[in-house]
Amino acid sequence: MQITLNGEPYELDQPLSVDDLLARLDLDPRRVAIEYNLSIIRRPVWPQTIVQEGDRLEIVNFVGGG
Amino acid sequence: MTDTPFTIAGRTFSSRLIVGSGKYPSHAVMTQAIDASGAEIVTVAVRRVDLAARGGESLRDYLEARQLFVLPNTAGCYTVDDAVRTARLAREAGLSNWVKLEVIGDERTLFPDTEALVVATRILVSEGFVVLPYTNDDPIVCRKLEDAGAAAVMPLGAPIGSGLGIQNENNIRIICEFATVPVIVDAGVGTASEAARAMELGVDGVMMQTAIAQAQDPVAMADAMKHAVLAGRLAYRAGRIPRKMYATASSPVEGLIGT
Repeated sequence: MQITLNGEPYELDQPLSVDDLLARLDLDPRRVAIEYNLSIIRRPVWPQTIVQEGDRLEIVNFVGGG
Repeated sequence: MTDTPFTIAGRTFSSRLIVGSGKYPSHAVMTQAIDASGAEIVTVAVRRVDLAARGGESLRDYLEARQLFVLPNTAGCYTVDDAVRTARLAREAGLSNWVKLEVIGDERTLFPDTEALVVATRILVSEGFVVLPYTNDDPIVCRKLEDAGAAAVMPLGAPIGSGLGIQNENNIRIICEFATVPVIVDAGVGTASEAARAMELGVDGVMMQTAIAQAQDPVAMADAMKHAVLAGRLAYRAGRIPRKMYATASSPVEGLIGT
């Protein structure tokens, strides 16, 4: 199945939770914020939010800026 | 002389200088420069995580270790929708509901789209954000932003990264006179005298990035800016002498020999 992750196509073998996706991407969950199909999803619902075929995710963090 | 505190949305800050965290030659120079600036508020940008690279966490570690107040921006957003989405993500990623709101209207000048800025301010205020919009040096727009609920207004001194100094001092003065929220000059400062000048006009604070980060010695420039903002503020409060066309002697005219 394919999702769109940060604007790029991304392949997954099967649906998985947002938590598991972060682990797979080796991202520190405390450092990021996630938009799931154009809505913010808050940390508490990451474990029960299952990423499905065609979903669009934006995973962001803070970088240097003015 | 005791100054009134620098307070935005009920929160008081020790420094009237706000600095950015980008465009530094290295992370080490950034940390030394921000330390030297004495700034308490530091802006950051919100970007997609780089899935290929690691190690971008050092910025956040530094900001947290120093207990600096992190002010996320919506830099690079050209629409209300993108700016609002970015602000929401910033709130989720961070610890506060503050945002330095930018809605850019033109790539070459990076001037704000003030119409969109007012709309985005209203939306974010209604969602509980403390909104600090980066805007034109236009007193009417600043008033509209204030009416929309902005916690401060951040008029530009000159285009972002231009280092041209305060281009319309009179407008900045008028903005200060009109405003009932803090006025922070954001962008345009190139060197210390210009930061001092901004403060002398009566603004509450100055925000800068390029002037420090791209200086030949960013750490020294950060130190200079710290002093410039302090000096400018003191001079503003002290009250300058009126300008006169002719000289007034500084030494007594009584007791001169040969008279």
